[in-house]
Amino acid sequence: MRVTLFSTCLVDLFYTNVGISTVELLEKLGCEVDYPKGQICCGQPAYNSGYKKDSKNAMKQLIKTFDDAEYVVTPSGSCALMLREYGHIFADDEKWADRSKRLSDKTYELTEFIVNVLGIDSIPSTLEGKAVFHTSCHMTRLLGVKEEPKLLLSNVDKLEMKPLANAHNCCGFGGTFSVKMGDISSEMVQEKTRSIKEANVDYVIGADCGCLMNIGGRLKREKETVEVLHIAEVLNREMGV
Amino acid sequence: MSIKIKEGKFKERVTDEMKNDFMRKAVSGAQDSLGNRRLLSTDKLGDWESWRTAGNEIRKHTIDNLTHYLTMLSEQISAKGGHVYFAETDEDARNYIKDVVKKKNAKKIVKSKSMVTEEIGLNAALEEIDCEVIETDLGEYILQVDDHDPPSHIVAPALHKKKEQIRDVFIEKLGYDKTEDPGELAKHSRKMLREKFLNAEVGITGCNFAVAETGTICIVTNEGNARMVTTIPKTQITVMGMERLVPSLEDLDIMVSLLTRAAVGQPISSYVTLLNGPKAEEEVDGPEDLHVVIVDNGRSKILGTEFQDILNCIRCGACLNVCPVYRHIGGHSYGSIYPGPVGAVLTPLLDGYDDHKDLPYASTLCGACTDVCPVKIPLHDLLLKHRQEIVEQGGRAPMSEKLLMKAFGFGASSGGLYESGTKIATVSLKMLLRNKETISNGPGMMKEWTNSKEFPTPKTSRFRDWMSKHESEKKHDER
Repeated sequence: MRVTLFSTCLVDLFYTNVGISTVELLEKLGCEVDYPKGQICCGQPAYNSGYKKDSKNAMKQLIKTFDDAEYVVTPSGSCALMLREYGHIFADDEKWADRSKRLSDKTYELTEFIVNVLGIDSIPSTLEGKAVFHTSCHMTRLLGVKEEPKLLLSNVDKLEMKPLANAHNCCGFGGTFSVKMGDISSEMVQEKTRSIKEANVDYVIGADCGCLMNIGGRLKREKETVEVLHIAEVLNREMGV
Repeated sequence: MSIKIKEGKFKERVTDEMKNDFMRKAVSGAQDSLGNRRLLSTDKLGDWESWRTAGNEIRKHTIDNLTHYLTMLSEQISAKGGHVYFAETDEDARNYIKDVVKKKNAKKIVKSKSMVTEEIGLNAALEEIDCEVIETDLGEYILQVDDHDPPSHIVAPALHKKKEQIRDVFIEKLGYDKTEDPGELAKHSRKMLREKFLNAEVGITGCNFAVAETGTICIVTNEGNARMVTTIPKTQITVMGMERLVPSLEDLDIMVSLLTRAAVGQPISSYVTLLNGPKAEEEVDGPEDLHVVIVDNGRSKILGTEFQDILNCIRCGACLNVCPVYRHIGGHSYGSIYPGPVGAVLTPLLDGYDDHKDLPYASTLCGACTDVCPVKIPLHDLLLKHRQEIVEQGGRAPMSEKLLMKAFGFGASSGGLYESGTKIATVSLKMLLRNKETISNGPGMMKEWTNSKEFPTPKTSRFRDWMSKHESEKKHDER
């Protein structure tokens, strides 16, 4: 199966290892991964700040870039959600309505793609220790991908998943919210890291680099040793390693 | 009091409020316990999602046909002998109510809880004509006694106060001499209020729902105070937002089922009062004279706009109870009588952007509000629409941000610009940062981040550079 990867800017610039793990994982699962170089940011930072007009340039660029793709897969619930919105955003634009809807319809978040399209719910992988899963808001509430990551993690060898108190509460990232409303964001992430510390785990696992950058950035400031991992990195850990 | 309850800048209010540890503990504690109670009560109802859908349909249908149902309601109330007044502005509403009170020569007024009367600043207007206006909802009474402290939650107005504070206020203002025990505090309030009820000449109420087909006013309380307000005084004035109605009693059943569960996790509140006109001849109690004041005050301007869904709101407060931002900043930070997600949407619509343009940004767009809303208002979408309005129509966004976004729009218009831009940025940033793993003290806006968190440094080699190599290795292998 041919899969087109949308890496997202956070992965491209900061979390290259998440991109590498995603590619290796998809290849292991029998996919042929294609990476069109024209891809850029999905436009969400501008769009969610109210700059609808300015964000459309980025969106059109992605629509063109992914025109020929069969499936577009991305290791981010939030960016997947943005691409899913394109169809609505361009609904009244004669020139772009169909093309944008096609992209929305063929875009999948990574775990959603693995479980629902590939039909795989168990991947041979090992991670020894205890972990909590951070349910990111866009992915869980708005994209509606809730059970897929948990199902995949439940089948990782030697990994014990623990509950996270107030898991449903946002970590305070919110894209530009984190720099526009820094003080509020800071209080929110501190409540999140308190819950993580109380869970007494070795790892925090998530499926969105934005949240992980936020939570990880706070844990590092607190000099905590809890390791922050993207789910692609966990699922790509070889069996027995 | 009017919609705007505090002066100053949003961020300054937030800084002040976030220092209030008690308020924050009270809010997060209430969110956690109300959240659990809500889930228990909605689970017991069966398929909550289909109840929400029904609620959404009723509200949407009502608002889509608002003129029709308002006319019907008005005819029904008039037929029963009540008076109906449509107030276009807050001032119109205040003047009408003052006139009614003056004509009765009334000086003693009791009120049950009503957000819309706070929105139109009714109490102050009545006090100006030398009336004594007593709030009889316990939370509102506490706030009134405490020098008119504004409410911080639309259902639990005194959520931000602790019992010790209330005890001290009662000692100072009401001659109270007992402990901070909530039972004793409530008992004292009851004693004080009982006398006010018995002597009141006018009772003023809000309205949870008015039923168009029957002209019924429905008031939902847990304290029974609305029954006292509507049975003892000879004159009753009910004030309602023009959107607060349902077509039929069947619809009311569904809406009340949604309201009490979404608000406080109760299958039904202690009192659900249905009032049908003034006292009839054969009846033993109730007001001789009934006035229903239907307030527009900016609502009709929302009709037909992309914000219309906010008129579906039934003021349950569920969105406040799940909002992770409200959780930390509390109600007073919003500076509006309507706080939380619903307030951040509604306030700029009713009172303009000038004083409230920060409110739509006080959200991570996490969608918790949309998810919990019993009538499915897409609250986070409406917050986003406000942002678009502020940026693209109002021209109120900061210049630095506008330039940044323009540059974003330009840079993102071609893959080539992104390609070269990020390449240069990653290399130069890396050099500047001398290979540190994270940034601890960022410049400009980044400071808002690095004040409390580390920021990662970009990798010298981007993912796409690895991918190019990976793709050529694959091709090589295939050969």
